Amino acid sequence: MDWQAFWLTIRLAVLVAAVLAVLGLPIAYWIAYSRWRWKFLAEAVVALPIVLPPTVLGFYVLVALGSRSPLGRGWAALTGHTLAFTFGGLVIGSILYSLPFAVQPFAASFALVDPRLMAASATLGASRLQTFFRVILPLSLPGLVTGVALSFAHTMGEFGVVLMIGGNIPGVTRTVSIDIYDQTQALNYAAANQTALVLLAISFAALSFVYAVNRKVGAAWPWK
Amino acid sequence: MKAEKTNVGMQDSLTLQLHKHFANAGRDFTLDLVFAIAPGITIVFGSSGAGKTTLLDCIAGLNIPDSGKIAVGDRILFDHARHTNLPPQQREIGYVFQDLALFPHLTVGNNVEYGLADTDKSERRKRSDAILESFRIAHLRNRKPKEISGGERQRVALARALVTDPCVLLLDEPLAALDAATKSKIIDDLRAWNAAHGIPILYITHNREEVFALGDRVLVLENGRIIADGTPHCVMAAPQRESLAQLIGFENIFHAVVAAVHKDRGTMSCRINGSNVELETPLIRAQPRSPLLVGIRAGDILLATVQPAGLSARNIIPGRLLSLEQRDVIVAARVDCGLKMEVEMEVHLTLAARDSLQLQPGREVWLIVKTHSCHLMAAT
Repeated sequence: MDWQAFWLTIRLAVLVAAVLAVLGLPIAYWIAYSRWRWKFLAEAVVALPIVLPPTVLGFYVLVALGSRSPLGRGWAALTGHTLAFTFGGLVIGSILYSLPFAVQPFAASFALVDPRLMAASATLGASRLQTFFRVILPLSLPGLVTGVALSFAHTMGEFGVVLMIGGNIPGVTRTVSIDIYDQTQALNYAAANQTALVLLAISFAALSFVYAVNRKVGAAWPWK
Repeated sequence: MKAEKTNVGMQDSLTLQLHKHFANAGRDFTLDLVFAIAPGITIVFGSSGAGKTTLLDCIAGLNIPDSGKIAVGDRILFDHARHTNLPPQQREIGYVFQDLALFPHLTVGNNVEYGLADTDKSERRKRSDAILESFRIAHLRNRKPKEISGGERQRVALARALVTDPCVLLLDEPLAALDAATKSKIIDDLRAWNAAHGIPILYITHNREEVFALGDRVLVLENGRIIADGTPHCVMAAPQRESLAQLIGFENIFHAVVAAVHKDRGTMSCRINGSNVELETPLIRAQPRSPLLVGIRAGDILLATVQPAGLSARNIIPGRLLSLEQRDVIVAARVDCGLKMEVEMEVHLTLAARDSLQLQPGREVWLIVKTHSCHLMAAT
């Protein structure tokens, strides 16, 4: 068992889930409540990583982070190195890759909040931001937990994007799924199996948690 | 905190003039209203779809009129000409929604204190205690909305809206689901509160009894317009239970005259013109021999093949089946009724009813019509 790869993956997944918990909220809010006629285009863009081959996503992120793109050049000018093949690059790729797994449960739970509650909040003097934190967020708790847990689990197991952007640098970009691939290539099935089992257990635990939370909260708050 | 309102008068009135047009579900609808409301309870009475909730939403700032002006005293909430449109947060309007919209995740106390977020904690507590006390729900402070009764929830919603000291209170059928006793207790508490505060209260209902019980003044709203305005007794007793527009949807409309008035029973008898058919109908304020229109929906009439007995329905009319016509999944039966078969009525049946009764044209039948299925309006 490659513990270095394991802790790196955990660090990556926690960081990505945390960033998405913050970044995903305004995007989900906009998707849930905007009446813009072209909103469906934005929704499609957010959902793209679900159907896009990870290699395609990884390829474009790699190009965007590389020294040929303005973004990559700007970053390199600021920091002296490019984001490709670094942990930071991995984080950016993973955020994009797991975005729908956070935003969609968030948006779905926001859309379920009774609009009359928001109207009541407004007539009682609360601003949109106050309404968001005092009414929408607490009533969307199961969706928030679901989104964070799913983006964590999804990042834990990603392979294609990591390989494209990060390569296979031990301690920097070598995640567990890449480790499993390497072990299998080396016909080291026992080691591969061990790591795979850990990943399987983590994914199962994360999903069980999601379903348990949704059920318990559902039972405790029967109004939704 | 606002200064105590001691001078109650027109400076606190709600004045409103608004126009709003919308097409929804293929139906064009125009709200066109002008009125002023002094402090005290004013009822807005109208059937569903008359524009009542839209009116309240426009006053609260949740819906924007196409044109017009809304003001409380000299404070302008909305003025199309001057491009003024205060957001709901700044309007200082208390709004009790039809479904109450209590925050389900907050306790009664936190619901009531929701609108006092900018007030400091001890003041907030003092004010919420006072309002909970005056609506007799202080003991429920730590309960969640789903743990209390319907009447208690109504009180919480009222307290939550009033604790912020609004300039106007809007009530959207707030007591519709309550029994009469609970209702009248809540209204007494609301009146007691308003005796000290003196704000205009707009109370929306489609319930006739509430109109008589509550209001000093009633506005009758129909199809987006006010068709009557006055004391409940004047307005509601006038022979105008339904408008022509509403009666047009009725398959059976008859010219009739009032034959007898039974004030004690709350009914009257109306004879369909040119016939001996008399219908027992609800009571409206009308003199014997005054002309009326009686509307009966074809789906509200029962058809029997033997003379029924022991029914509560007061109108049992003999007739002869003239024709049966299947329209999609209903059967429209035409029946000649009255002693001389002088009145023709349309009755709607299901396919199963037609088959099990083995109905054929020419068959003798009885039509059964409940008193309250007879809708009346004055014939002009």
